[in-house]
Amino acid sequence: MLRKIRIIAAAFCFVLITLLFLDFTGTIHAWFGWLAKIQFWPALLALNVGVVAGLVILTLLLGRVYCSVICPLGVLQDIISWFASKRKKYRFSYSPALKWVRYGTLVVFIVACIAGIGSLVALISPYSAYGRIASNLFAPIYQEGNNLLAYFAERMDSYAFYSVHVWVRSLATMGIAILSFVLLAILAWRNGRTYCNTICPVGTVLGFLSRYALLKPRIDTDKCNGCGLCARKCKASCIDSKNHAIDYSRCVTCMDCLDNCRQGAISYTRARKAGKTTSVKESSTKDTADVSRRRALSATALVAMSSVLHAQQKKLEDYVEMKKDGGFAPIKERKEPDRLASLVPPGALSIGNLAQHCTGCQLCVSVCENHVLRPSTDLMKLMQPEMAFDRGYCRPECTKCSEVCPTGAIKLITKEDKSAIQIGHAVWVKDLCIVNTDGMSCGNCERHCPTKSIQMVAKDPADPKSLKIPVINTETCIGCGACEHLCPSRPYSAIYVEGHEMHRTI
Amino acid sequence: MSSCGKNENPQEMNRRKFLKVFGGGAVASSAALYGCAPKNEPGAAVVLGEVPTDKMTYRQHPTNGDKVSILGYGCMRWPLKQGSDGKDQIDQEAVNRLVDYAIEHGVNYFDTSPVYVQGMSEKATGIALARHPRNSYYLATKLSNFQNYTRENSLAMYRQSFRDLQTDYLDYYLLHSIGGGNGIELFNDRYINNGMLDFLVKEREAGRIRNLGWSFHGDVKVFDYVLDMGIKWDFVQIQLNYLDWKHASGRNVNADYLYGELEKRGIPAVIMEPLLGGRLSNVPDHIVGRLKQQRPENSVASWAFRFAGSPDGVLTVLSGMTYMEHLQDNIRTYSPLIPVTDEEKDFLEETAQLMMKYPTIPCNDCKYCMPCPYALDIPGILLHYNKCVNEGNVPKSAQDENYAKARRAFLVGYDRSVPKLRQANHCTGCEQCNPHCPQGIDIPKEMQRIDKFVEELKVNG
Repeated sequence: MLRKIRIIAAAFCFVLITLLFLDFTGTIHAWFGWLAKIQFWPALLALNVGVVAGLVILTLLLGRVYCSVICPLGVLQDIISWFASKRKKYRFSYSPALKWVRYGTLVVFIVACIAGIGSLVALISPYSAYGRIASNLFAPIYQEGNNLLAYFAERMDSYAFYSVHVWVRSLATMGIAILSFVLLAILAWRNGRTYCNTICPVGTVLGFLSRYALLKPRIDTDKCNGCGLCARKCKASCIDSKNHAIDYSRCVTCMDCLDNCRQGAISYTRARKAGKTTSVKESSTKDTADVSRRRALSATALVAMSSVLHAQQKKLEDYVEMKKDGGFAPIKERKEPDRLASLVPPGALSIGNLAQHCTGCQLCVSVCENHVLRPSTDLMKLMQPEMAFDRGYCRPECTKCSEVCPTGAIKLITKEDKSAIQIGHAVWVKDLCIVNTDGMSCGNCERHCPTKSIQMVAKDPADPKSLKIPVINTETCIGCGACEHLCPSRPYSAIYVEGHEMHRTI
Repeated sequence: MSSCGKNENPQEMNRRKFLKVFGGGAVASSAALYGCAPKNEPGAAVVLGEVPTDKMTYRQHPTNGDKVSILGYGCMRWPLKQGSDGKDQIDQEAVNRLVDYAIEHGVNYFDTSPVYVQGMSEKATGIALARHPRNSYYLATKLSNFQNYTRENSLAMYRQSFRDLQTDYLDYYLLHSIGGGNGIELFNDRYINNGMLDFLVKEREAGRIRNLGWSFHGDVKVFDYVLDMGIKWDFVQIQLNYLDWKHASGRNVNADYLYGELEKRGIPAVIMEPLLGGRLSNVPDHIVGRLKQQRPENSVASWAFRFAGSPDGVLTVLSGMTYMEHLQDNIRTYSPLIPVTDEEKDFLEETAQLMMKYPTIPCNDCKYCMPCPYALDIPGILLHYNKCVNEGNVPKSAQDENYAKARRAFLVGYDRSVPKLRQANHCTGCEQCNPHCPQGIDIPKEMQRIDKFVEELKVNG
């Protein structure tokens, strides 16, 4: 019964959290956005005292239910492990805790936090790991499915579905996501919750508390016949059946042992005179997942996409010169300008605030419908969001990233707030502007500036009829990137946005 | 029925392929149906009847006696497919099939130009027609020296047409689209100052050109001037349809005037844009209802074709048929042509007035404006806008009753029709397109207007 409740609750949380990463329409967020905000690490980063206190109390009452129900990465491992159990039913066995790995990882994690190495934090944090797996591996599948529906909708003249552009936002992040998933899958397939019990810093912290939980699975030694079935069914490998002892710091209260005990010897109850049951033994060294993952990270850096073959065969020119009708001019590739300071979304307050609070979960990246946000490739803030305007710009009506961010790295803002938050300012590049390259007036930047910070003035002050160039009022420019995105110049825009370290309100 | 040949967009291509495959299949299966369907069970083929092969109406040229089919094939909208290099190429097999079918069913006039279909039309038309005896069809092409009108380049273009069309004589040769740009000055530059008109007149004497004429868009002064400049014109090509008859858009001239002037002089008229690139077929629902009510078994397009073919001075009516179904429908309409009665003319005039209430942009998807140097899909944008106008999906304000639905239809449809990087917000206003538009649309102005509208829709969710 308890197990069933756990499974139902876990399924509810898992499906909806996953949908947060998949749903690009924002419908799920309106209802279940809170599920991201009750995740332990994001809540801690957001200094969300209520949630953290709630989770602490929950753990002190019920044990590590958080890991079994709320944490999507935990549930993902359960799912993988469940498939493995289909092949071999009783495949687990008790193993002593790898104490030094647990505490070592926790120390590294805390040091990384303090030192501001966001990338390392994001690498280890369970919610971040799940986020990048969901947004890099699951979301594309979901989106392609949506696009298939959109394909049929279009043919039925229905506007119920619209297709979305599926693209890799960052190869490095994608690579890390794949590696995270593969590693996790191997661990879960073989030994269930190894990650949660040996690596996960949240698990370690909650483990400190869960030892003192009010309700725990307890073995009634009178009823127990020592068959060891519970240990062989324990995905946390924390039941020492010989000694009738359970390591509560590792137990994720999945209740599997309860249902499995044929003697009914295990029950989820308050302590009577339960003594300490943790059995801790030093174990031989094992290659830690952390190290291999970091190694894997450097490997992905080597994986570079081979350049696209331009099979542009020079066609034999007809010797008749004419303007042929129809066809398209090719869309030329756009390159990112070198920005002195990176651009982070309005609501982030400053580059520093984002770096400090962001856990790299990719939620903002996956909901950015204008394809502006993408994970940074900078090693120090790897996987944290950054803006680029090659595929779109930060449109005035959209505040989605600020709505979904669970850690307070991007604070909630309204459309009105957004129109007055200066995240950067536009810079004109004279030599690239088509006034100078094509000898043509354009004014597309001016036409699309939402704050009317660009005006067109005659190039030659002495000749009011000369071609016009854009001039920027950097006081009122908010750095939305409309001008940069819509500038016709290729590959570099003739007007681009330079980021501000600290955002300002104008 | 002239196609709504919007393509290049991959999804559109798919649809086209789909149609091609299934369209072809439909022909085959309906042929099978004739064979085995019991006689008194009305299937689709029985209702419509077979497409007649021997009932086409022909018009006789008043001076040279050519018997020209009233349906002429416009070779401006041949079906495209994607080549292995990712570029468009003409689907030659489909072209061959269409040409064979057309000739089999009595069509004998083919009109092309060096610049059509990204410069590929003449070659493809030539390949398809070379499979038929040269005396079984009339070939028309044009001196399309828009960009470089030096004598050398114009001559080169003229000679290239012979090679591409695999012929040693042209039945009809046109000065292509006069009346554009700055009017008479441009006409003189293209044909008089470089001696090309003199040259072409001599070519006519030599028999390499059987009929010399011109096509016209734009400045009426050029029309009047050229008509009476003292050269014997064998034919003139004008835009004529029941909308342009009295309500020509932009700088276009009402067709009743143009046709009247030709009739006075006994010059046969070749008709282009009888369907306005599909705009007279793709009409608001209540107009469909109105036309269908009168003749439930005839297509909406058939009205436009009957109207265009009715005046006696019309030699042929050109239609750029991309799809087999369009070709079949048009053959039916003209086999034989039932001229519109006076009542029907009045009825179409009323219909035209109803259509005028819809603020569509008069784009006929001829693609002369393309390729846009800044990679916009100009006709794609305009066609999407027109579609939304006709379907009532261009809300005037956020307070409109169906605002949310219309907004979604417009925006979702926009992304479906035109890739984001080819949408109106990328227009730089360079105006390089404007001189090419035969309908005189101020394209940058319309791009910016549509973009503003889109922006408002986006912001007011």
